Amino acid sequence: MSLIQCENLTLAYDSGVVASDVSFSLEAGSYLCIVGENGSGKSTLIKSILGLHPIHGGMLTVAPEVRKSGIGYLPQHTPAQRDFPASVREIVRSGCLRRSGMRPFWRSSDKKMADEAMVRMGIDHLAGRCYRELSGGQQQRVLLARAYCATGQLILLDEPIAGLDPLAMTEMYNMIADMNREGVAVVMVSHDVSAAVSYASHILHMGKATSFFGTTEEYLATPVGQQFAHRERGSYGDWNPQFAWDAPNINRILDVRAKPDARSVLGARAVSLDSSVTDTRRKSRRDREEGEA
Amino acid sequence: MNIWETLVLYFSYPFVRYAVIAGILISLCAGLLGVVLVLKRYAMIGDGLSHVAFGAMAVAAVLGFAPMTVALPVTVAVAILLLLAGERQLIKGDSAIAMLSAGSLAVGYLLLNLFPSSDTGSLSGDVCASLFGSTSMMTLSGVDVWLCVGLSAAVIGFFVLFYHKIFAVTFDEGFATSSGIRVRFYNFLIAAVSGVVIVLAMKLVGALLISSLIIFPALSAMRVFRSFRSVVLCSAAISVVGSLTGLLLALLLSTPTGASVAVVHIVIFLLFTLVGRFRRV
Repeated sequence: MSLIQCENLTLAYDSGVVASDVSFSLEAGSYLCIVGENGSGKSTLIKSILGLHPIHGGMLTVAPEVRKSGIGYLPQHTPAQRDFPASVREIVRSGCLRRSGMRPFWRSSDKKMADEAMVRMGIDHLAGRCYRELSGGQQQRVLLARAYCATGQLILLDEPIAGLDPLAMTEMYNMIADMNREGVAVVMVSHDVSAAVSYASHILHMGKATSFFGTTEEYLATPVGQQFAHRERGSYGDWNPQFAWDAPNINRILDVRAKPDARSVLGARAVSLDSSVTDTRRKSRRDREEGEA
Repeated sequence: MNIWETLVLYFSYPFVRYAVIAGILISLCAGLLGVVLVLKRYAMIGDGLSHVAFGAMAVAAVLGFAPMTVALPVTVAVAILLLLAGERQLIKGDSAIAMLSAGSLAVGYLLLNLFPSSDTGSLSGDVCASLFGSTSMMTLSGVDVWLCVGLSAAVIGFFVLFYHKIFAVTFDEGFATSSGIRVRFYNFLIAAVSGVVIVLAMKLVGALLISSLIIFPALSAMRVFRSFRSVVLCSAAISVVGSLTGLLLALLLSTPTGASVAVVHIVIFLLFTLVGRFRRV
């Protein structure tokens, strides 16, 4: 049975409709990436799934067992927390709230869960530190650990890599992929299409003119996916640094998808970003020179 | 007579003992609530509510009711209304509060002016007591003190029982909702508790100086401490120590209670700011 079933959904604010006719379904254990331009309603869709934003039309069903076991959520960014005094431990433990129910104090199992999550995300040494003093990557890992505590089935991530450096980005992707491999279904909003096609099993492309839902392979065969693949393969004249770490060609990305172990290769590329940038530039210069000759 | 003997003499009067007991309880509540109001960006709402409480007390005085019986429900109701208005973004929050503050203050003063109280016979005395808390703390009856004890116990109980929920709702409403916490319900409770604490605090420092009791301790604690729990505990401690010092100073030096308490809190804030500077370096 699907965890989320969504048919002909319309999302709107007072100012107007932001997305219409959105349909998709999410099966247990799958990895769905939502891509699309700014303002296409990606974040609003996530909020609607969580019940934070009312739906305007159509149907959106979240399986009762998911509602019961809880949804892990990593919000886009949290401006109110700029000067919030909270330790990493306090924030991660707050992910156990659903489990603790009406009890006023944490049980030892809740504390253990939070400790485990911190070890997993590599932030156990920061447990006593203040959240606002951490780097962007560390803060995201804290929020991911909190989301991990909150769910066993489904995690919703709203641009988890926004503003992170390439290394932190890759670490984030690997942690999310690890959780997915253990059976947690992932829904991720992202601008990073190349990461989306290399990690996700399904893609939902939201756009005013075009929208698409299907497996990643199907997506790459569509005009929109083709356009993207073309951009990835094509000239590096309008080279986008966001795609630098795994950009060189789409076939390589698909290879990686076929062999999950090869993901670490992708990860290693991010570490050597500097050299990959120079390689890419050198290659494009060579291509150009050959063209002229 | 040295200071100690003077204090012992004062404490032999029941009204002084009442004032100290009520002062400690009220400031404990104010210190706890202040952290939540500051972090939720509701500091101005607290200030606005205190003016509403003043207006409500004026109405009660004119109608001949006990002030608390009118002020308490009215303030709690307005607190909840402000919260709902903010949620639906009916009016810009800060302008709504400014309107409400000035409006209640004006109506309250006008009423007290038109119908001066028959017991004291002095208009300025009444207004001064409600706005700056100059005498109200020293004129508490046994019933007032019991009311204080009851309400404070309820507020402290709320904080202990729902501590983790309050943290979640304050830190990240979106996440709290997603993990099944009834955010609106807790916001509603926080608004109601704010109303109660503000009406109580009016006794101690008067309507105009309430922010000094609610906001200053939280800000002082945030200068030095870095985790939510330590900030909450420190804020409560600062609030109690500051208010007690202010009360005793007011007794010894015959200064107005509210202003003395406020000044002590300002001094504490400056001290904590200094300490925070040094800790950071």
